[in-house]
Amino acid sequence: METTMSVYRGDKNSGRFVDYKVKQFEGMVVLDAIHQIQAEQSTDLACRWNCKAGKCGSCSAEINGKPRLMCMSRMDQYNDGKPIVVRPLRAFPVIRDLVTDVSWNYEINKKIKPFKPKAKEADGTWRMQQYEVDRVQEFRKCIECFLCQNVCHVLRDHDKKNEFGGPRFLVRAASLEMHPLDTEDRIDMIKDSLGSGLCNITKCCTEVCPESIKITDNGIIPLKERIVDAHFDPVVWLWRKITGKPAQPTK
Amino acid sequence: MNSTATQTGLFSTDRRDKWWVGPLASGLGLAAFGAYSTWAAAIGVHYEFGPYLSPFYAPLIKWDAFPFSPAFLILWAPLGFRATCYYYRKAYYRAYFMDPPGCAVGEFRGHGYKGETSFPFIIQNVHRFFMYVAVLFIFMLGYDAVKAFTWDGQFGIGVGTIIMTINVLLLGSYTFGCHSLRHVIGGKTDCFSCTKFGPVKFQAWRGVSFLNSRHQLFAWCSLFSVGFTDFYIRMCSMGIFTDVRLL
Repeated sequence: METTMSVYRGDKNSGRFVDYKVKQFEGMVVLDAIHQIQAEQSTDLACRWNCKAGKCGSCSAEINGKPRLMCMSRMDQYNDGKPIVVRPLRAFPVIRDLVTDVSWNYEINKKIKPFKPKAKEADGTWRMQQYEVDRVQEFRKCIECFLCQNVCHVLRDHDKKNEFGGPRFLVRAASLEMHPLDTEDRIDMIKDSLGSGLCNITKCCTEVCPESIKITDNGIIPLKERIVDAHFDPVVWLWRKITGKPAQPTK
Repeated sequence: MNSTATQTGLFSTDRRDKWWVGPLASGLGLAAFGAYSTWAAAIGVHYEFGPYLSPFYAPLIKWDAFPFSPAFLILWAPLGFRATCYYYRKAYYRAYFMDPPGCAVGEFRGHGYKGETSFPFIIQNVHRFFMYVAVLFIFMLGYDAVKAFTWDGQFGIGVGTIIMTINVLLLGSYTFGCHSLRHVIGGKTDCFSCTKFGPVKFQAWRGVSFLNSRHQLFAWCSLFSVGFTDFYIRMCSMGIFTDVRLL
């Protein structure tokens, strides 16, 4: 069976969609089709890939308008007779063809205060319970494919890259902030530097996450609630004034 | 920093699926409920039948000096709870504000976007205060449901009794799955084994998390059940329906 692939070709200045015919085989994924095009028709087609198993997060693209990993998108789900449209991530500048410049994300990552564990116990070790770290281990599944960053309308449509860190880094901040051994206070950084208030929790990040991380429900909303504790809850504020307890009593 | 591959404009997308069905259904559902509940609350009659009391009027406060329907004395609380609910925010930001209308679907682009950092949406941060009141309301509605088992001082069950009981169960499942409650009851704790009542907090957090993972489902089921409970009692009160006694 032959399928038409409409693939974005271009660089940071201009681009267009080029149609290619590929031979579809059983179990084929979109990344296979891109590789077939590279091997047989257009050797200069640029795409980023590595593991082809949905774990490296390299082959992110938009397939028929949906942000997805190319290696995890089977061709047979698109057998509607129309060309399969593959374009690079829209939220980031194109370097060439399907490859985008995602270096902005690494700059955002530098803003996050690192893990700061509490003092070791008398025997020189740390102890924590598995049930306490299960919560943050969900966030550690992130493969940094940046599909959530790409689909987030605050970055994609409103282009708030100077004010908003995006769901990936709110989740990373949550993984540190909720860690049972961590002692660092990141609440003001999350509110001001990562701009958590700009997220209006429309949950597109959760919908596209290939690791099924509940980004909004388990990451962003709990952080927003901690920010309410610190900045918007007069009852908590009064209680702290009376008891003299610190801003983050759980730390 | 803009991608050169970016298309702009409201609803612009390469998506071929029916992405608009969800927001459209949410928008219509919320509008229908809003219209019915406003009407049912405003008319101020036919909200009681036998031991049944419409949830739009519960708890019933009869205050002679108040010139409007008694529903308006209490409805601000569930309205505020739902309006600031994290799930409903997603629903109406997509359906009414189109911000965004769907995932990877174009919207009105603009650098003036402030999200929930400024007025009016910064008010969403009061959600937990509405939650406290909503939890109280669940107990009051539970009391009304228990009262619905009593007919002229005798134990009895009518169809309305079952409807009121299911309604309070669905409302409870929605309210006790609230994101703010999940935070207050234990979610703000990082180290459960290091704090007082840590295991209790953890179990409470886990229970709320179970309901929270179905928050959208219970949000819609409870919205429907509240409207239907009022409708059923109203129809019985108007003599259009006959409440069948089961016991």
